This record gives sequence, C-alpha cells and structure tokens, in this order.
Amino acid sequence: MEKMMKTMIQSVLGRRAMGVVMAGAVVATGFAFGIQPASAASEAHEPEAIDWSFNGPFGTYDRSQLRRGFKVFKEVCATCHSAHMLKFRDLAAKGGPEFTKAQAKVIAAEYTIEELNGSGDMEERPRLPKDPFPSPYDNPEQAAAALGVAPPDLSVMAKAREGGPDYIHALLTGYQDPPAGREMAPGSHYNPYFPGGAIAMPPPLFADQVEYEDGTPTTLDQESQDVAAFLMWVAEPKLEQRHEMGFQVMLYLIALAGILYFATRKVWSDVH
Amino acid sequence: MSGESTYTPGNGFTRWLDDRLPVLRLVNDSFVDYPTPKNLNYWWTFGAILSLCLGIQIITGIVLAMHYTPNVDLAFASVEHIMRDVNYGWLLRYIHANGASMFFIAVYIHMFRGLYYGSYKAPREVLWILGVLIYLLMMATAFFGYVLPWGQMSFWGATVITNLFGAIPLIGDPVREWLWGGFSVGNPTLNRFFSLHYLFPFLIAGVTILHVWALHVTGQNNPSGIEVKDPSKDTVKFTPYATVKDAFGMAVFLILFAYFVFFNPNGLGDAANYVEANPLQTPAHIVPEWYLLPFYAILRAVPDKLGGVLLMFAAIGVLFLLPWLDTSKVRSARFRPLYRQFFWIHVVVCIILGWCGAQLPSKVLFGSDTQVGIYDTRNEAMDAVTAAAKEQDLSPEDDFKVEEHVVDNKLEFVGSRIDFAFDVTDLARILTIYYFLHFLVLFPLLGLVERPQPLPASISESVLGKKAATAEA
Repeated sequence: MEKMMKTMIQSVLGRRAMGVVMAGAVVATGFAFGIQPASAASEAHEPEAIDWSFNGPFGTYDRSQLRRGFKVFKEVCATCHSAHMLKFRDLAAKGGPEFTKAQAKVIAAEYTIEELNGSGDMEERPRLPKDPFPSPYDNPEQAAAALGVAPPDLSVMAKAREGGPDYIHALLTGYQDPPAGREMAPGSHYNPYFPGGAIAMPPPLFADQVEYEDGTPTTLDQESQDVAAFLMWVAEPKLEQRHEMGFQVMLYLIALAGILYFATRKVWSDVH
Repeated sequence: MSGESTYTPGNGFTRWLDDRLPVLRLVNDSFVDYPTPKNLNYWWTFGAILSLCLGIQIITGIVLAMHYTPNVDLAFASVEHIMRDVNYGWLLRYIHANGASMFFIAVYIHMFRGLYYGSYKAPREVLWILGVLIYLLMMATAFFGYVLPWGQMSFWGATVITNLFGAIPLIGDPVREWLWGGFSVGNPTLNRFFSLHYLFPFLIAGVTILHVWALHVTGQNNPSGIEVKDPSKDTVKFTPYATVKDAFGMAVFLILFAYFVFFNPNGLGDAANYVEANPLQTPAHIVPEWYLLPFYAILRAVPDKLGGVLLMFAAIGVLFLLPWLDTSKVRSARFRPLYRQFFWIHVVVCIILGWCGAQLPSKVLFGSDTQVGIYDTRNEAMDAVTAAAKEQDLSPEDDFKVEEHVVDNKLEFVGSRIDFAFDVTDLARILTIYYFLHFLVLFPLLGLVERPQPLPASISESVLGKKAATAEA
C-alpha cells in the first residue's frame, strides 16, 4: 500500500518534488496549516496588486492566460490539491479558457472515474465532460496521511483569501529563506505572505516547471500569475457574464433615473 | 390625515367589488389620494426603497431556496452549485447577499432620518416602535441567512451568537442546547435556521403592513416637524407626487445596488465565508457582517459576558423608549440648534463603534513603551522582561511585551515595558458610554435646556418662506 502510494506520488510529482513531499509526510499530523510560534507578532506581507485583465468593470479573462494557467494547475497544483467543483465541460464554456468541446472531451478522457454499473459493481470508465476534475486523494484524511496536512480544495480559493488572485501570486512567488534567528518547525516553510509566515506547503512552483505551447516565457512570476488567473476563473466562472450584464443594467438604470428625475421635476413644478 | 375616503368606483365591476371587498378603495386611499406633506425631502424616499428591498429579498430568496440544500454536508456545495450550474444563479445569489447589505444601508438612513426629524415623537410612538421591531426582525433574519452558506464565518458566527444565550444565569445552558438542537452548532441548527430564515421575512412583511397602517393614521412627519394644518395647502396627493419622487429615489438606490452586485459582489462580505465550515478550526478573527458591528463592539466592550449581552440588547432596547426619553416639544432638528449637533456626533459615534467591532480588541491605537532591550531569541527577551518585571514589582504578562521584528533579514526580539496603551476596547468603552448617554441623558436634558428656533406657522409657509428667501438672495 505504502509502496503503491509512493509510486503514485513519484509518477505525478517527479523525482524532484518527491523529497519535499516525503519530508512533509514525515512530519505527519499535528501541525495546523499555519504553524505559528507563540505570540509572534509579525504580520503577513501585503500582496502586490497585479493589473489583471479581469480587473475593473469591463475586465475579461485572457483566454491564453487561462489555458496556460490550466496547464500549471493540471501538472503542478492538481497533484496534491483538488478542485472538485470544476467540471471538464466548464473548460469549453463561454467566458473561460474556451477550449473546444472536443478538446474538453479529450482532456476529460485522460482521467478515469469509478461508477456503479448495472450489476451493482464498481466499474472504471473514462471521464466525460460532465464529470468533475479528479481529486488526487479520495478524502482529506488520505491526503493528510500522505502529505502531513490535507491541502485545501482550490475550487473557490481565489475568493476565500483576502487579496484573492494577488494573494495566490504573492504566495507562490514569496518563498524565501527565513530571517536569521527564526526557527522553522519541521515540515513548515517560510513565506512572509502566509499569515504567521510558516506554511506547510513546500515551494510548489519553479521556473520552467511547465512547457508553454504559446512560447510565453516560463518564469516563476509568469507561471504564478497564470495559475492565479486560472484559479480566479475557477472561483468566479461567471465574471465575464456578470460584467457584461452589469454594464447593460447600469446604462438602463442611469437612463431610467434620468427620465424619472425630469418626470419628478415636471410633476412637482406646479407645487413649488 | 386619514380623512374621508375620496374613492369613487369608475365602472360597474368596481362598484360591485367595492360593495363586497373594498380593496381598490384601500389602495386608492393609501397610495393614490393619500395626502403627503408637500415639503418632504429625499430622505423620505427610503420608506419606499425599503419596501423594494423587502420585495427583492423575498423574490430572490424564494428562488434560491428551490436550489439550496440545508444540510451540513451539502449546503456549501449547493451554494456553489447555484453560482455555477443554475441559470442566472450567480445573479440571484449576489442580489440576495448584497441585498441584505442594501436593506441595512436603507434602514439605517431611514432610522437616522427619523431621529433627526423627530419622527418617533407623539403621536407616532407606535409607528416608531413597529419600526424598531422590524429592525430587530431584520437583524435576526440576516443572522439566520448568513449561517446558510455554511462557510467558516457562518459556522463561527452562529457559534458566537448562540453562545450569548449561554450567559443567561441558571437556564443558559439548556436554552443554548435547545437553540442548537444538540450540543453544538450542527445539522439541526442549520435546518431550523433555514426554516426561520424563510419564515421571518413574512413576519417583517406583516409588521410592515402595521407600520404603514400606523403611518397612514397619524400621517407622515416632515422636515419642518410641524403637523399638517390645512391639507389643501400643506399636502399633495401621494400619486403622482410621492410616487414619482419615490420612483426616482429607488432608481438612484438601484444604481448603488447594481454596482455591488455586478462589480464588487464580495466587497461587503468576508473572504473566510468561502471556506467551508470546519468545527475543528477556529478562524483567527471572527467578525459579523458590517451592519451588526456596532453592537458587536458594545458586546466586547464589557469585560463580563452576561453584562456584554445585556448591554448589547439594551442598545437596541433603548430605541423603544425614545418617544418618552425625549422631552423636547419640537420635533425637527432643523429648529433644535443643540440637538442638531449632538445628532451628528451620535452618527459619528455609531460609525466608529462599527469600526471598533471590525478590529482586534487588543489592537493598540496609541501608547508609549519603555524599551528593556533587544535580543536574538524570544527566550532571552522573555527572561529579560520577567527579570525587569520582578524588579519593578509589575506583571510580566500585563505590563510588558515582546515584539518580533525582521531587521536586515534577521529576527530580533524587542522587550519593552508598556507605560500606557489605549486599545480598541478602551475606545469602544468610551463610545458605548456615549451611545447610552446620548439617549438616556442628552435626550431628556436637551429638551429642557435647549432654546428652539422659531417654527414656521405652517408647512406651506415653510416651503414658500424658503422660496421667497432664495428669490430675494
């Protein structure tokens, strides 16, 4: 069982990350996600505000960025994290990475899912667009047993932290050596953007960790921005629809208020 | 102002109906021919705006309830299902969630308007009391609703609020378990909160009908605070005059509403509520929604739990007594030079109390320290501080502190003696005292010592007088 798990992790993470994962696994349970020395007063650093394409009332997602981000998510994040609210068909939906339906189908078929068949047995079949993105572990307990701490689900992560995608980008690029004198508990890593500064997740992302098909340079900063944008889309898939409708609603309401303003003046003109 | 009905049925059917159920007569007398003071300003459109808010919340809420699952294992996912898979579910949920905030913005403006223009005074005491009752029901409804998405703040907010009832002497524990339906906030709690969240808006609607009824018996107050003397000169018909003005007010309000729904839908919420509830992990900082913050600050300002709970409820309870606490014969602050100033001080106090509610209570606002020394390790610093405390006969925990700084990528630990520290709790205490002082002391006192400015003879004179004055200028 242990050996199987080891092979599995090795196959998904590659040798390099293996050591880190093992180190985390040794620490095992007992540590909360944020490990903080007693009464440490150091506040988390403010994440840098990125000029995202989806900022502002007219913001839209950058399709190429979402596709690059999906690659980072799929090849790096998803080896430990789940995002169980993401369905493969979402990848082809309007306002997202907008893969074609055929592409979404092919991506889904890379994974399998177990399902009850007609005779009451579990049967494996390739995933379909209707299925959710697979979770690397069956349950949080299994993840915690393997990694020390169960990694949180990423479905709404970009909305679940102050700063959202800015925070995710800052966290991914923010790993550094701890200041002299700061002792890190085993299995915790120094990251000043994380509340308390000690995070259980080992540095997950490095430059050139993925290959981009569109020739975008694979710096750590670029990869982090791309995956943060992707996670924002996963958390808020209707953002473009919302902005578009918001613009129309605003135009309508401003026109309506204008008409009602003049109507009010007209009606009241004979009073005072 | 509930004079004779002026309704005359226009055709055979309405005549027939009027003899059997005079519902059209009621609508006509309440919303068409109803006389409204001609000097009402835009602060008076918030009554209509609040009706709109209630309508929006009920309609979006009913549809959301069709897709929501009140179960601790499914609630969080069902909310995200609404956001992702239900047609325009994101729109419904963002309208409903932000609608709660908009409702409270409107109700606070409505209440402060009542306080400024003395709308709670005789003969409108019952009208005011019904309004405070609606406000209480709104807070309960909002609290139940905030628990439903079953995020971290939902769960821990529910835990904090229900634990307040545990402070009641003798019966506190059984009451709390009765509220929970168990030994902690859990599935039975979520189920009953869902049920009550569906029920309460209809109670609000019911009390609102009484509120409007009471309003139509006494007639509206107005910015001059003097009663209508001659309806033909002082009032205009509700329709079209008030109708069109209210419609304009609503349209402007909806622009603000739409800004939040479409462009900043999570700006008024807490990020932690997008983390699914986890009874084993307490969030670092539990805060209620913004509209409850002033009361949360009052609760935390009292060192004793029961005292805090009592004072928090007293802060709302005192509103019921306002008609009898106020001794001034003049309603409108427009003619009350002293009250006018204290009114604005009170508004600012309430806002700062709200700010206090959102901060960590121990956050130091200003103070002074004497440094003991800078050390390489926490232990060294703690030892030094303990020694200094012993020497000066002070408490190392209460009078000293050790702070961690990063200087040139190196940690240093600064031990110091706290000479003076004024923190959020201290500020909240002062403001809490002032909050009660305002109602319990200033309200009776101002009426006795204040010399009000002369009142206009009538509403129509106040309107024309102003007009004449501007014409001259």
